[in-house]
Amino acid sequence: MADLIAVLPRRDLVLKAAVHAAALVVALAFAALLWDVIGQGLSRLSWSFLTTEPRSSGRLGGIAPIIISTVLLLLVAITVATPLAIGTAVLLVDFVRTGSLGARIVSMSLDILAGVPSIVFGLFGNAFFAIYLGLGFSILSGGLTLACMALPIMIRSTEIGLRAVPDDWRRGTAALGMTKTSALRHILLPAAAPAIIAGLMLGIGRAAAETAALVFTSGYVDRMPGSLFDSGRSIAVHIYDLTMNVAGGEKSAYAAALVLVGLLVIINAIALALSHHVLRKRITQ
Amino acid sequence: MLIDRRMFFIGAVALSTSTRAQTTDLTGRLVITGSSTVAPLVLEIGKAFEKRHPRVRIDVQTGGSSRGVADARSGLADIGMASRALFDNERDLFGTPIARDGICLVAHKTNAVSDLTDEQVKALFTGKAADWQEVGGKPGRVTIVNKAEGRSTLELFLQHYKLKNSDIKASVVIGDNAQGIKTIVGNPGAIGYVSIGSAEFEVSQGTAIKLVSSGGVVPSSAAVQAGTFPLSRPLTLVTKQAPTGLAAAFIAFARSSDMHPLVKEQFFVPLQS
Amino acid sequence: MYRSKVDGYVGTGLAMVGGVCTLLVLTIALFLLRESWSVVQGVGLRRFLTDSAWNPTEKRFGLAPMLLASVATAIGAIVIAAPLGIGSAIYSRFYAGRQAARIQRAIVTLMAGIPSVVFGLWGLVALVPLINKIMPPGTSLLAAMLVLALMILPTVALTADAALATVPMPLQQGAAALGLSREAMIAHVLVPAARSGIVAGILLSLGRALGETMAVLMVAGNVVQVPTSVFEPVRTLTANVALEMAYAVGDHRASLFVSGLALTLIVAALAVASWRLSEARSHG
Repeated sequence: MADLIAVLPRRDLVLKAAVHAAALVVALAFAALLWDVIGQGLSRLSWSFLTTEPRSSGRLGGIAPIIISTVLLLLVAITVATPLAIGTAVLLVDFVRTGSLGARIVSMSLDILAGVPSIVFGLFGNAFFAIYLGLGFSILSGGLTLACMALPIMIRSTEIGLRAVPDDWRRGTAALGMTKTSALRHILLPAAAPAIIAGLMLGIGRAAAETAALVFTSGYVDRMPGSLFDSGRSIAVHIYDLTMNVAGGEKSAYAAALVLVGLLVIINAIALALSHHVLRKRITQ
Repeated sequence: MLIDRRMFFIGAVALSTSTRAQTTDLTGRLVITGSSTVAPLVLEIGKAFEKRHPRVRIDVQTGGSSRGVADARSGLADIGMASRALFDNERDLFGTPIARDGICLVAHKTNAVSDLTDEQVKALFTGKAADWQEVGGKPGRVTIVNKAEGRSTLELFLQHYKLKNSDIKASVVIGDNAQGIKTIVGNPGAIGYVSIGSAEFEVSQGTAIKLVSSGGVVPSSAAVQAGTFPLSRPLTLVTKQAPTGLAAAFIAFARSSDMHPLVKEQFFVPLQS
Repeated sequence: MYRSKVDGYVGTGLAMVGGVCTLLVLTIALFLLRESWSVVQGVGLRRFLTDSAWNPTEKRFGLAPMLLASVATAIGAIVIAAPLGIGSAIYSRFYAGRQAARIQRAIVTLMAGIPSVVFGLWGLVALVPLINKIMPPGTSLLAAMLVLALMILPTVALTADAALATVPMPLQQGAAALGLSREAMIAHVLVPAARSGIVAGILLSLGRALGETMAVLMVAGNVVQVPTSVFEPVRTLTANVALEMAYAVGDHRASLFVSGLALTLIVAALAVASWRLSEARSHG
């Protein structure tokens, strides 16, 4: 017994120190990375960087058409993926029994889809959308590929949001003689809306940071896109090209990285705020 | 003979389009795919061309030379880009050079070696000389920076030194030039080969690299333009048949002396006029 | 229970929508197979494992070293990231004050939003030269592991945090009532209770690490070989596709689709494993 008492505090101390060290390392690594990106990128960043066309392969000029292409890619992805994501989540939560064969097949597909590497989505998008469907290198091909990629994460978070709506509400709507459809439309989906939007944001975030899936689908063209059938370069692809292929492109690469990180921080902050909102609501109920 | 006729043909097209451009404006879309080395240049030329002919769109997609040749042959692209001359088995296609590029050996700035014989280069890249001491440098492990399979820079390098890719004992395999330069900057024992223009630019920016001459020939853009530098290649636009219409107009535009500043801006060497 | 006709229609419609996901998985598999079929048939799958080298233009198709490299980088990354991520989650849940916990969580969430190209750029410019000083060439298995570890750290931390949050309050109160120290409580009660959630998060991160392309391509050195130490360069399956896809035609292109197929199979196996795990959890 005396042994045990003597040993325990020392082990406790080690654990305590290790936990604090881990937290510190995480914070420091992040600080080092951010410091580097801000330090290198800030000098090139300006209003005109955001609003002018790139010149000399991106060494000079800005990234306006690239920002527009990125936004269009994300819009295509959201427009296609949102109805599919909400539909599938509703199916899983309110229309099939958990553990039934259908639910298991869909869940399994989702888990596999969530794990498919982005470069494989790129191969698939290139072979299917660009060549087989004849969409070519275009924002449409890229956006559809991103939609496939973001689908699982969006479905999962919508599902979580719907499951968080108390079952009492479902029984209440049934008692009122509402059909499932109108209960969903008027009660359940509105209640889960913040979680659904948070899920959308997470999906967008993942899509916006994507490089590998886009190089072979939406392509390389860095001018202002005229339509969705035009090829358009996303910010992440631009950063990759400036770093790997353009001599003297680093400064612009870091500035573009800063813009992308800023964009993602905003998207994530919105997602975080919305999911907090959901949690607080659950607690107060 | 064949080449002469082709050049004459291009010249004729250039003449006819330059007179036509003022009267009837060109319309349509050109899809150009291929070499990642040529792509940034053609992208800029395309923008200048679009400015002159507002109803034309030039779509440039990056890939590799072999992809550019394949796309031009299959018709997937109107024009293919290759960072080399056409091979003998590609003679069914039409190639038109728009600029030249040289390839030179690059090492870290602190490296004591600045000239290597062809035999020494071979020994280094095949791993027979694994320490810089063996080729007259300060002691230190050699890091060989090689290019990924399919890159025409690699093909040209292998051809010049009569090597096979499987002979090379690479320590790092890279994709594009800028990655190679970054790798060498981070590694004092490294040696690799990149485009001369990019290397000269990086040196002028104070990047910690230097150009290494091989067999006594000092690498420079001027030597490439004069045709006295052995490791050089034409940047080529490839079409399935003799170019006509929009494609012909674009190729003639790309070769015109108006484009020389753009060529230099991308660190390539304009064709001698 | 009351069921209307409308619900029937909506249910059918939704079932079709849900079917899209399953269809998508099948389509992806089908297309990967279709594109790789010519080389699978002409060369045979066995040679992808037994050929001694990867020179598709010289008709040699050995994928095995890259398969190994993919697995090694991913496992290495997890070994580094798991303790740090779990530690960080424990800190923000049990040690930090309200404010500190919020900051720590915000940091981790922001880190999750940094695109992989930025990690790669940073790794190539800052990390690789550092490793080179210890042992050239710097671009190495170790560099890939470290960059990947940083990349998946947020995923590990966030999932561990979420798993710890689900540990029932009575369990915590009971442990406290027994007079256990905070550390003993964490080590013997709380972490074990959240174990399956933490492990599922680790499997998820492992999938991400296996699938990451650009960051690895920038720092791993990309030499096709079986490494004998962590300082040697390696090429992963994903980097192989990204490096050569743009250049590949014919059998070469088809053999890159085989790389993609192999990768997808590994990740699917992981998905099944983590699914089994959560299945076991919901029954247990």
